[in-house]
Amino acid sequence: MSIVDRPAEDTRTVTSLRRKDLLGIAELTPEEISLVLDTAEAMKEIGTRPIKKVPALRGKTVVNLFFEPSTRTRTSFEIAEKRLSADTLNIAIASSSVVKGETLVDTALNLEAMSPNMIVLRHSSSGACHLLSRICRSAIINAGDGMHEHPTQALLDGFTIRERKGRLRGLKVAIIGDLLHSRVLRSNIHLLTKMGAHVWVCGPPTLMPADIAQFGVTATSSVDEAVSDADVIMLLRIQLERMEGAYFPSLREYFSVFGMTEARLRLAQPDVIIMHPGPMNRGVEIASEVADGPYSVILDQVANGVAVRMAVLHLLASGSDHEEAA
Amino acid sequence: MKRLLKGGRVVDPANGIDGILDIEIDGTRISRVGRDLPLDGASVVEIPAGVVLCPGFIDMHVHLREPGQEHKETVATGTASAVAGGFTAVACMPNTAPVNDSATVTALILAKAAAAALARVYPIGAVSKASKGELLADIGELKAAGCVAITDDGHPVATAMLLRRAMEYAGMFDIPLIEHCEDPSLKADGVAHEGYHAAALGLRGIPGACEALGVERGVLLAELTGSAFHVAHMSARASMRAVAKGKEAGIRVTCEVAPHHFTLTDESLSTPIPYDTNVKMNPPLRERADRDAMLAGIADGTVDVIATDHAPHHYDEKKVEFDRAPFGIVGLETAIPLSLDRLVHAGVIGLPRLVEMMSVNPARILRVPGGSLAPGSVADITVLAPDLQVRIDAKALRSKSKNTPFDGWELRGGVAATIVGGRTVFVNPTLTINGL
Repeated sequence: MSIVDRPAEDTRTVTSLRRKDLLGIAELTPEEISLVLDTAEAMKEIGTRPIKKVPALRGKTVVNLFFEPSTRTRTSFEIAEKRLSADTLNIAIASSSVVKGETLVDTALNLEAMSPNMIVLRHSSSGACHLLSRICRSAIINAGDGMHEHPTQALLDGFTIRERKGRLRGLKVAIIGDLLHSRVLRSNIHLLTKMGAHVWVCGPPTLMPADIAQFGVTATSSVDEAVSDADVIMLLRIQLERMEGAYFPSLREYFSVFGMTEARLRLAQPDVIIMHPGPMNRGVEIASEVADGPYSVILDQVANGVAVRMAVLHLLASGSDHEEAA
Repeated sequence: MKRLLKGGRVVDPANGIDGILDIEIDGTRISRVGRDLPLDGASVVEIPAGVVLCPGFIDMHVHLREPGQEHKETVATGTASAVAGGFTAVACMPNTAPVNDSATVTALILAKAAAAALARVYPIGAVSKASKGELLADIGELKAAGCVAITDDGHPVATAMLLRRAMEYAGMFDIPLIEHCEDPSLKADGVAHEGYHAAALGLRGIPGACEALGVERGVLLAELTGSAFHVAHMSARASMRAVAKGKEAGIRVTCEVAPHHFTLTDESLSTPIPYDTNVKMNPPLRERADRDAMLAGIADGTVDVIATDHAPHHYDEKKVEFDRAPFGIVGLETAIPLSLDRLVHAGVIGLPRLVEMMSVNPARILRVPGGSLAPGSVADITVLAPDLQVRIDAKALRSKSKNTPFDGWELRGGVAATIVGGRTVFVNPTLTINGL
């Protein structure tokens, strides 16, 4: 992937997301990404007002359909929807009801029959959002599908980096952790490479996706190499059950080989920022001193999540309004 | 009643024939083959120019789903699909419900096939009881009831020990062991070929080595036991290497490749329809180097057979999340257009080699009638229209299931007619050949 022939960040011509769904970052152009980030800046201002509400989505119905447990993402979407005056409802379906027999398609078609405008979907199967986008008239927003993408997470990460660094182009971003199973990784790779950042990914070879170089990133199993002169370090959650798959021997060893410590941090740029999509395993992928330290922007990420999701909801809604008008 | 098929190109590699010849059918058998045969009381069928007569094509890897999964396919619909696809015979896999591990199930399949009276059906029995990989099935009884091979297809034979015993034991009956080659621990919960596309889509991968390990195991045990070992639906380049090495060493190993594995790659996971469950099969569509190795093996003779792994599934079962969908696609009615277009017209092989892989070799491996048009042979004839422009229409398939990734494909080459035991069981409705 060449970064040379990509348009500069400030040459935007788009004013809405002229697409029905947000399935992933892979489908977005750099212009669309910039548009979301710019719009999120305006949305962030709304959160500072005494009355944190605008009528942008008044009369629109948004269903938050979550097939996996989620606190952060679901809450963030719900706050974003409420600040935009949407009528929201939350449906949390334990995977046990899948056992009872209703398919995802049937669940979605039943919701569709009640004419919502948008469905925010979190599902454990990669591609679940693509499946619904093919059968639903409602806009589908991917809130995380399996190991595939988590586009609003990457957008809020991109927003947070841009807020701190003023740009994305040319930055060295090191992403460290369980790369294989991470949807956050895939969305971030797409977003950061499209916006001209240099992405380094780091983890044990057992947790690296096949043909990772084809993603346009530099892959290494040396943390020191990944962290050296990094402007941004993003840590990914290590799931405790991965030891059972023999991906690595123990959490202790993982921390000693890959854990982000203050000592390792000194190899990075002096103004490095530390990010984590959460939930964190303190003492596994990240030392508490780093998570709580001055370089950490982990809680900024959470705060910015609301603004970015407001931007996505608004831009998709206004895109579909344009189409209805045309 | 005699019929004289006059003036067609006859491609019969078992007898070294490729030329314009007449074929006379007397009842269920071929009575004469030659140039400008005298009529001798036969009714004449003028074969139009460009139409090719071949010994009947035999698909040695088909799932007919009966008994037990009749919502996907039945013996009747499966054999209707077979003859529409140009196959005069199919061998059906034992992973039905119940598994074909007994003479009773074999007899039921054969009775259904006789009632349908379309393609010949050769049941394949299970290696182990219920294909559970524990106790051997009654292989002698299966053979006596009509089974032509044994396999635990859908899965590999559970252990090397059981595979060894089954090969030794089946060797006594001179029937081959067909193996779904796979190392279960390497497959784990994989759903697609381990490579860039699965990685980008977040799908769990199955490496080519997973299959090749199973091939290596089988080849080694074929050497140990001296029995015939046939590799089903081969997809990985490392597997092709293992088979070629085995053959070179004189080991009794044969292999088959499915049309989707010499046509498609794992790129189909992403495009044109991302996560299309109709490109989910096991073994998975692999990367370009693997696909090219299948083509090379077809060209250089390593590949013995083209078989479809026809795996019908109801549309409900495929209209789910990718990782929850069952593996497999239908293949009987797309195999000939894909083979003619992608192999013959693309210049990979000539027509005689195709007939070798789709008729001569399956008949030889399974030791069933066919594979030859010599006088005295069964009158099983596949009539090809190699230059016919074909558009695959999933809705129009005779199979009960429509799960194909080739819907809408335009291909050069199709089936003109299918003759089984001297009886015309299928004529392509877009062609008219009087008297056929």
